[in-house]
Amino acid sequence: MTAAERDPGLQPERTRLAWRRTTLSCTVVALLAGKQALHGGATPAGVVALSLSVLAWLGFLRVANRRVQGMGTSRPQPMEVRAALLAAAFTVALAVFAAAMLF
Amino acid sequence: MNDFVQSLRLWCAPQRIREEGDTPDYRFSLANERTFLAWIRTALALIGGGFAVDQFLPELVWGVRAGLALALLAAGVLCALRAVNHWVRCERAMRRGEDLPVSRFPTLLSLAVAVVAVAMVVVVLFGWEGR
Repeated sequence: MTAAERDPGLQPERTRLAWRRTTLSCTVVALLAGKQALHGGATPAGVVALSLSVLAWLGFLRVANRRVQGMGTSRPQPMEVRAALLAAAFTVALAVFAAAMLF
Repeated sequence: MNDFVQSLRLWCAPQRIREEGDTPDYRFSLANERTFLAWIRTALALIGGGFAVDQFLPELVWGVRAGLALALLAAGVLCALRAVNHWVRCERAMRRGEDLPVSRFPTLLSLAVAVVAVAMVVVVLFGWEGR
């Protein structure tokens, strides 16, 4: 990125950091899911729900990572609709598996 | 209603959004993306709150605990779905040069969170410790 095309508001940088914060929040939820499934003895259903939660967490990390990679240029493309849908779908999946663990 | 149908069509054929209007300044798209991410983090925090209610209030009656946890989880799901919908609508409004969509959702969400918070204070202060 040359000085001429530098964005004075550092928008790509801020967006990259926003993705990082979001993956950290997602990691906290995945850790809470692990605690929920394993404390008080692991039941088979709990282990299945935990495995699916870990898959959703990995999927979220993958979406975030691809987007952060795409942010490397000086004029990043807008986010794909698919990326937004996937990120929301993995979040909803974490909530559904959390509800399954309550019972 | 018409708006809802249009949103649904957009979800099914995402490339449509690129066909409408002009591509806005990339900085506006990135700002919209950060707003989307902030809503996703709110959803994740609500889901984390659902886990926390279940794990850190073990002396509560099971029904009350599960009810509060489910309410928070449901709020998280709504928040995530609304995040995508609002992001798509803002993106489309920017491409068409229209006003950004307004929404009642933040008010509803803050009222719901306030109700859950008051319920938790009542429950923790006055017991219903049984089981």
